[in-house]
Amino acid sequence: MLHFVDSVQEAVVGIKDGSTVMIGGFGNAGQPFELIDALLECGAKDLTVVNNNAGQGDQGLALLIKEGRVRKMICSFPRQSDSWHFDAKYKAGEIELELVPQGNLAERIRAAGAGIGGFFTPTGYGTMLAEGKETRIIDGRGQVFETPIHADVALIKALKADGKGNLVYRKTARNFGPIMAAAAKHTIAQVTEIVPVGGLDPENVVTPGIYVNTIVTVAGSGQSSSTAGKVA
Amino acid sequence: MARDIAPGSFVNLGIGQPTLVSNYLTEEQNITLHTENGMLGMGPEAKGGEIDEDLINAGKIPVTELPGASYFHHADSFAIMRGGHLDICVLGAFQVSATGDLANWHTGAPGAIPAVGGAMDLATGAKDVFVMMTLLTREGASKIVESCTYPITGVGCVTRVYTDKGVFLTGPDGVTVRETFGCTLEELQELIPVPLKAAAAVGLQDQGAP
Repeated sequence: MLHFVDSVQEAVVGIKDGSTVMIGGFGNAGQPFELIDALLECGAKDLTVVNNNAGQGDQGLALLIKEGRVRKMICSFPRQSDSWHFDAKYKAGEIELELVPQGNLAERIRAAGAGIGGFFTPTGYGTMLAEGKETRIIDGRGQVFETPIHADVALIKALKADGKGNLVYRKTARNFGPIMAAAAKHTIAQVTEIVPVGGLDPENVVTPGIYVNTIVTVAGSGQSSSTAGKVA
Repeated sequence: MARDIAPGSFVNLGIGQPTLVSNYLTEEQNITLHTENGMLGMGPEAKGGEIDEDLINAGKIPVTELPGASYFHHADSFAIMRGGHLDICVLGAFQVSATGDLANWHTGAPGAIPAVGGAMDLATGAKDVFVMMTLLTREGASKIVESCTYPITGVGCVTRVYTDKGVFLTGPDGVTVRETFGCTLEELQELIPVPLKAAAAVGLQDQGAP
């Protein structure tokens, strides 16, 4: 069932303690800052968060981590020049990290949305990130068994939605949005604009509305995120 | 290195120094650049009014799009890598072993926070993996080694190593020197702790400093 809501606070109201939350975005592009801020406000804790990174600067996911809401991060690249909140929690032993090669992260998310029980991939074979995992030689190459990553909720950002919940994205802000929308039980999308049914060319729809549950409009959130998401 | 990239290739340039290769690609080469965050047909770094925060590269630097560019989601982007569709990727390295094992993602130092990103996918997926690095560490140790002491990124994946002192081909048969820059094969052999072979087909020639 698709819901259009009036505020980001309303959009995240059902997120419970202990949830696994996927958050779209690669760097600032596609990061749903306003939804993350609303998640911070709503007080949900003990979260497992799936994102490519582990927060940057003093905004968005970084604040969620700083406030101790995140029990575990599943990501590919936590350490950055401005990931100080994650770094501090990690060094204090207050956050669990599951480090996943980026393509395996994407494919594990995709597999969840596609109902795949797992897959063998050459990425990571022979490395410490494959330790303890099942391996096989397939077509002469070493491959590692990887399992899907499911989520209770996905928070994503798109450019436009139509009245059926179909989504289009903008440039490299697309990144994890489409696969996270499919992998989560409940997908919440913030969009710049909602257009009427028929307002998107069906040939250009990237995420079909079947994957989307809640939509909220956030002005300007499809264009630039430089000023978005700063918590006052 | 830029002149070694065959015309019409699809190429991924890693974060940092490898990105500089794009400055030396010519229009005639007709190279299409891939960026792991979901784009083919990436153009040069964006300046001034071109900067668009929805259009960034893997290093999260604003870039531009060229005519004919395409966007796709992350699973598709890594399928392009893993599926063997990229001709070449260019990566930096801490160490490369004689048989082409790559170490470039983690020092393994106690307390270091590991971060891998797309390094393992790139190392495993592209048809050719070119490494660019200085031959020696700051302490003067060879980064071409018998076997990597840092945690590895991929097994037997590196096909060529471009350094300040020479170009090396790596693979199951060990290390072959294709070119030297300002030194002889014998001098290189003194620096590198694995047996070096001279490339018969290409011949050794001093090309001067790169």
